[in-house]
Amino acid sequence: MSVLVPLPVLLPVLAAGVKILIGPRRPVLKRAISLAALAAVLGVAVVLLVRADRDGPQTARLGGWPAPVGITLVADRLSALMLAVSAAVTLCVMVYALGQDVAERDRDTPLSVFHPSYLLLTAGVCDAFLAGDLFNMFVGFEMMLMASYVLVTLGGTMARVRAGTTYIVVALLSSMLFLVAIAVLYAATGTVDMAQLSARIAGLPASVARIAEVALLAAFAVKAAVFPLSMWLPDSYPSAPTPVGAVFAGLLTKIGVYGIVRAETLLFPDGHLRRVLLIAALLSMLAGVLGAMVQIDVRRLLSFTLVSHIGYMVFGVALDSAAGLAATVFYVLHHITVQTTLFLAAGLIDRRGGTTSLARLGGLARTAPLVGALFFVPAMNLGGIPPLSGFIGKLGLLRAGLAQGGPLVDALVAGAAVTSLLTLYSLVKVWNQAFWSAPPDDPPPDARTARLPAAMVAGSAALVVLSLAYTAAGGPLYALCERAAAELLAPETYTRAVFPSGGAT
Amino acid sequence: MSPSLILAATGGTLVAAGVVLLLERSLSRLVVGVLMLGNGVNLLILTAGGPSGAAPILTGHGPHDGPRGALSDPLPQAMILTAIVISMGSAAFVLAIAYRDGRLSGDDDVRDDIEDLRLRRESEDDVGLRAERERRAVADPSELGAREESDSDFPGGVPRDVRRRSGRGGR
Repeated sequence: MSVLVPLPVLLPVLAAGVKILIGPRRPVLKRAISLAALAAVLGVAVVLLVRADRDGPQTARLGGWPAPVGITLVADRLSALMLAVSAAVTLCVMVYALGQDVAERDRDTPLSVFHPSYLLLTAGVCDAFLAGDLFNMFVGFEMMLMASYVLVTLGGTMARVRAGTTYIVVALLSSMLFLVAIAVLYAATGTVDMAQLSARIAGLPASVARIAEVALLAAFAVKAAVFPLSMWLPDSYPSAPTPVGAVFAGLLTKIGVYGIVRAETLLFPDGHLRRVLLIAALLSMLAGVLGAMVQIDVRRLLSFTLVSHIGYMVFGVALDSAAGLAATVFYVLHHITVQTTLFLAAGLIDRRGGTTSLARLGGLARTAPLVGALFFVPAMNLGGIPPLSGFIGKLGLLRAGLAQGGPLVDALVAGAAVTSLLTLYSLVKVWNQAFWSAPPDDPPPDARTARLPAAMVAGSAALVVLSLAYTAAGGPLYALCERAAAELLAPETYTRAVFPSGGAT
Repeated sequence: MSPSLILAATGGTLVAAGVVLLLERSLSRLVVGVLMLGNGVNLLILTAGGPSGAAPILTGHGPHDGPRGALSDPLPQAMILTAIVISMGSAAFVLAIAYRDGRLSGDDDVRDDIEDLRLRRESEDDVGLRAERERRAVADPSELGAREESDSDFPGGVPRDVRRRSGRGGR
């Protein structure tokens, strides 16, 4: 029992409410509240991570009701790790967004809507990571989605409304699939508590369990953008405001991956759908990266690489081994940070070059060397250049795959290697065209030559430093991921934390 | 526990109708589709709560722990209530977006993706229109560059001549 566990959900919600109460005035106070709330969430998440690693899963019974009557929040190593990294990323993106607000006063991104929605999004993300029962997880998803609908259509311009409709309709459909899975599981087992489900699903007839598993995985796969359920993503993310696109790319898809990890380890550990997941992972990698290669818009290109790298994480889950899961957990942490950084860097390119279309960019290496550095490091990281964290994660995945063997897994190992090279190709294409080529003869009218706001640079730079820290602290961090994977493969730890006196079945 | 056939059949019909409406291009039809789908799924959850007609909760035994049919299970109803609230919020938001879309473009159709349009044009080039395009490019060398620009900067959305109309009048 820990009072800290509900705080990552409560603090942002309270902060959002207070900001709405304050009204449209006093922008400095409101900015301070946003930053303080997100920094507090980060602090709580780090404490939770330390405690979960030392003492086992931390739980909180809401309203004091014991499971399965009450709702339990659980922070085991995986949840706490995801929580800590998400909090760090949301804080850095908020710093970046503040810099952008102060500098631009953009009519298309109204401040008084952005801040409360962003905080609610954070609360929803934290709730989804902490939820100890499936229905609460659904509510966390919905909180996050509602806020994301507002953020993706912020300002209501034509392009954003067009992109938002696709996003909203697909999200609504996946929520319905999630509800169907919950209904099937409740009808079959009489509970939605994940610890209890874990114990009861083992006794279900295989056909019933498969129906629930397929519905649940489909719902999560839409959120995570696993091929062929990934078509919506490159259509909707690029037109969102930069900080929004960045946090969506980094975090929202990873919640789907988190759901897949939980479903495959805690609820359905028998691994009957392994082959399906492996094939989906291979197709995600290849379809995503092939799409990225032909793009001429930096944001769209990054969205396609996002789809291809989701494939790596699904690959690790589908291996169903301790090594594969450890590599997946590490890869998720690395990818949240790096993908967010790249989207922020695309925003900086947009600001400096006036566009994100490669056809009209050029010469940024001379005019904006700092942006070059902030793009180059995460780009090489995503491409998997040693000694950056992308290399560590990919190495872990490939070694786990080779250790397992088999024709399908070997094909995936080869596919992962090819994807990695092609990712590097796509990003080098951006680098050559935007930074190293000659400046365009007719620079777009939006190009700004003024100094970049310090907060925008600070937000990006902090994320680059965080991703470098994954390399610097690679050994201890990877060991932590291995401990998290070991915990995932032993669901009884989770069950014992939720039902300390037994009675889960 | 054998579920009520009427509830299951109604739920199935609602889901089927909702899916058909979801495939429509008009946003207002889409909203109705989402609502029907949601109600269908809610009925599905309701069937999970045991047979109808049982008493509300009185003592500590639910249908899954105590004697069958003695008490109605309150948990599915609580879950449905939550789901209804959530789908009402979503529907309100989609309606607002449909209104906004209507104000901006004159109808509430979901538009084709800009990049899809570009790909479609390029594949048309591949199947025989390439000569035409090259002739135009020779006549006006800025043609290719201008097209890239209009693709990536979304000036006012998709050109009206390529937007697909659903062809159904009287909306």
